[in-house]
Amino acid sequence: MSEGIGLKNTGHGPGTDAYLGMVDSVTRTPDEIKRSRNLGIAYLIGAVITVAVFVQGTGGTATFNLDNDASFGIGAIPLAWICAVSLAVLGGVQISRGTANFQSALLGVAAVLFIFTLMAWAAAGQSFSLTGTLHDALKASTPLVFGALGGILCERSGIINIAIEGFLLAGAFTSAVVGSVTNLWIGMIAAMIVSSLLALLLAWLAIRFLVDQVIVGFAINFFVLGLTSFVDARVLTSNPEYNGVPTLAEWKIPLLSDIPIIGPVLFEQTIYVYLGLALVALVTWALFSTKWGLQTRAVGEHPKAAGTLGVNVLRRRYVNLAVAGAITGFGGSWWTADVGRFNENITNGRGFIALAVVLVGRHHPVGALCAALLFGFSDALALKFSFLSTSIPSEFLELAPFLVTLIVVASVGRGHRVPAALGQPYEQQ
Amino acid sequence: MELELRGITKRFPGVVANDNVNLTIRSGEVLALVGENGAGKSTLMNILYGLYHADEGDIYIDGTPVKFETSGDAIAAGIGMVHQHFMLVPVFTVAENVVLGIEPTRGLSLDRAKAAAEVERISDEYSLGLEPDALIENLPVGIQQRVEISKVLLRDAEIVVFDEPTAVLTPQEIDDFFRIVEALKASGRGIVFITHKLTEALRVADRISVLRRGQTVGEADPSEIDEVGLAELMVGRPVQLVVDKSPAEPGASTLQVNDLHVVDASGRTLVDHTTFDVRAGEIVGIAGVQGNGQTELVEAITGLREILSGTVSVDGIDLTDASPRDVHLAAVAHVPEDRQRSGLVSEFSVAENLVLTRYHSDEFSSGVTMNWSRVRENARELVEQYDVRTPSIDTSAGTLSGGNQQKVIVARELSRDLRLVIASQPTRGVDVGSIEYIHAQVVAARDEGAAVMVVSTELDEVMALADRVIVLYRGRVVADLDRDATNHNEVGLYMAGALDQNEQASA
Repeated sequence: MSEGIGLKNTGHGPGTDAYLGMVDSVTRTPDEIKRSRNLGIAYLIGAVITVAVFVQGTGGTATFNLDNDASFGIGAIPLAWICAVSLAVLGGVQISRGTANFQSALLGVAAVLFIFTLMAWAAAGQSFSLTGTLHDALKASTPLVFGALGGILCERSGIINIAIEGFLLAGAFTSAVVGSVTNLWIGMIAAMIVSSLLALLLAWLAIRFLVDQVIVGFAINFFVLGLTSFVDARVLTSNPEYNGVPTLAEWKIPLLSDIPIIGPVLFEQTIYVYLGLALVALVTWALFSTKWGLQTRAVGEHPKAAGTLGVNVLRRRYVNLAVAGAITGFGGSWWTADVGRFNENITNGRGFIALAVVLVGRHHPVGALCAALLFGFSDALALKFSFLSTSIPSEFLELAPFLVTLIVVASVGRGHRVPAALGQPYEQQ
Repeated sequence: MELELRGITKRFPGVVANDNVNLTIRSGEVLALVGENGAGKSTLMNILYGLYHADEGDIYIDGTPVKFETSGDAIAAGIGMVHQHFMLVPVFTVAENVVLGIEPTRGLSLDRAKAAAEVERISDEYSLGLEPDALIENLPVGIQQRVEISKVLLRDAEIVVFDEPTAVLTPQEIDDFFRIVEALKASGRGIVFITHKLTEALRVADRISVLRRGQTVGEADPSEIDEVGLAELMVGRPVQLVVDKSPAEPGASTLQVNDLHVVDASGRTLVDHTTFDVRAGEIVGIAGVQGNGQTELVEAITGLREILSGTVSVDGIDLTDASPRDVHLAAVAHVPEDRQRSGLVSEFSVAENLVLTRYHSDEFSSGVTMNWSRVRENARELVEQYDVRTPSIDTSAGTLSGGNQQKVIVARELSRDLRLVIASQPTRGVDVGSIEYIHAQVVAARDEGAAVMVVSTELDEVMALADRVIVLYRGRVVADLDRDATNHNEVGLYMAGALDQNEQASA
């Protein structure tokens, strides 16, 4: 062989689009400047809100409880001033010259500062359990984690899953009814089976009949909402024996739950939290380190490439959707374990937040966990605020998680690459 | 191993793609399968690879009939295929792509070390120069093709099918590719080389089979036939392979592109401070490997893409950041590179497509209503004048053949007085007969005094049409050459980035 073709594939080979990889470091692009300026404006709005609302608060010291006996206090008004000035300065710098490599880090610091100011404002003159809020945040994020993992499995295989809400609601309903007749554990399994069947219905319509996947997803959501509400109103209300399950107790993990702060937050939870965290690790490993994961991702990115190498694209999609449905259905049983019964529309849009979690988490289980924690935190915070005497109407507090979703998705939305073949039907010859 | 296709017939609704085709492929030889676009070459190979099923006919391996239900069956029988559009997952590494479907495992986990070792073994054996951990999307097409080849080799293919393998390569990469083909042949494998480039078939093949309209119309020995004879066999009539044109008589500078800079949304440079001009009465050919900024350059000039800095003007009219309609009104014609995406509205009729740029003018509308009789009259004239083969002017444009779709666009764009003609990939996926015709129209526009800019990734086309050749590499003009003072080899070196006039000037 001649040595002429021993070119190394470093990406700088002849005549290619590899030059596209070079980012212009000298001049910032119009897009970057625009984004940087928008972020700066967001900081300034935060500063204005801080001055207009938090500085005008009732004042006094907010006491944050860490553990049973540890606590610290912060003056709400001084903190609000610090926050306002910091945000104003940050906004000014961000607009005038950008913050270059520190942009994300500064955004994180600013967000934490703002949230603390918010909490201090709400809890001024009262006490506020920090560990309790974090514990509730983790708890509230659990169904989101299951929903998002189901969504990730679907979308990584190339099928759009708008129906997470429907799968969750079906899981909640099934586990409540079956759980009432038998016990919660059998209810969980039944929830997994029912949601799995719904997922197979989605797969069948999308794969076999090439129906638009978004429309099928919406149809499933409304079908499940309608059916469960109907049965709830007509059957369950008059027959309470079919709708009542003992709630699941928290399982304190010995030793670990004794660790200060971390213990009560992480290790005094129900098995849903432990299973959710374990499943995040398991799905991450399976997606990125196994044969199944490689083929699944290939099917979602370039099904034809997988197909020409003998991978059965359609079977992979069916199987993955069934598994995704089971995981989501199990997540749905969380409500039954938590509340002990089914109520109409008990999931209340958490499936749609899980959809946002998939996107914000960049279709990665660990990313989704982080995003779910963020939404869980806003949920828990809204709940805590409703117990404190604040001037925020309770209806607005219920809105908070969705508002956070809107803001986060709008600001993260760009720049994330979804699986390339997402939503495209694959026709096997 | 001897692979035989006997009496293969494959029908699609409305067309017979393969009509009783016979073909034999033996180990240790290169068979070139030539034919025009739409002659049925790819269909035949997809049948061989188990992606389509033949309606009639059988496949035999060493005399035994075999059935390929899926491509998995074909792979198991020792057939490998390098597709025209690479079957690679862009976000995967080289090794991940190569082992997909036959992944080595350790316990339940992927054995990445073993996968990398296998890629390296094959890479070393055939000098492919592959790095197992490189991401596909960062690799040049030439290297991506080698990844495809190593996929086939890892599956122990005895017969390797290459579908139009040179379409995306630079001349130097094509040389490298042929060396790999020779090495594969020397290792005892049988090669099928599908192409419509006759010089390449003559250069590499031991036997040539010609396919026309789904039928095998002849088999040729490369030592006994030349390009003209092969072209005649392929098209079915004598063809003119050389563009007939007189020397250019360039006038004043018409298109002036000055320090043009274009970036994409994430700030990556697409067109890099480019300056050049095109004079009235000359054809400037823009050469370059696909993806070196040609698309974006044309989009920037024609008002389809935002310009970051620099200017564009035509006959002194400033067209920087002009809208596409302003550009059109400045007497600029644009034959876009992708006729289905941006040249035509497939669902619209031929007549409607012929007035897409002028429907709003007084000629075709009055007030808010369209003057349909004038639209139809215009269509009848142009269909006649530009030899568009269509059942009627009401036929939807999407149903026409590639060549006739292109003629509709050429008719729409060139049928008026023009200052500047920009033709991108004017003959991509077009039959030989239509290529002749379209080239003649481009030359005619030049002779009427328009400035012409032809962008093509086919170097042969640039060399055949151009009076002056400009080479784009990574968004920059690296060469501005007089056509008669240069040759394929020199332009190829500029296309590959091996030469750069800017550096020579400063050195």
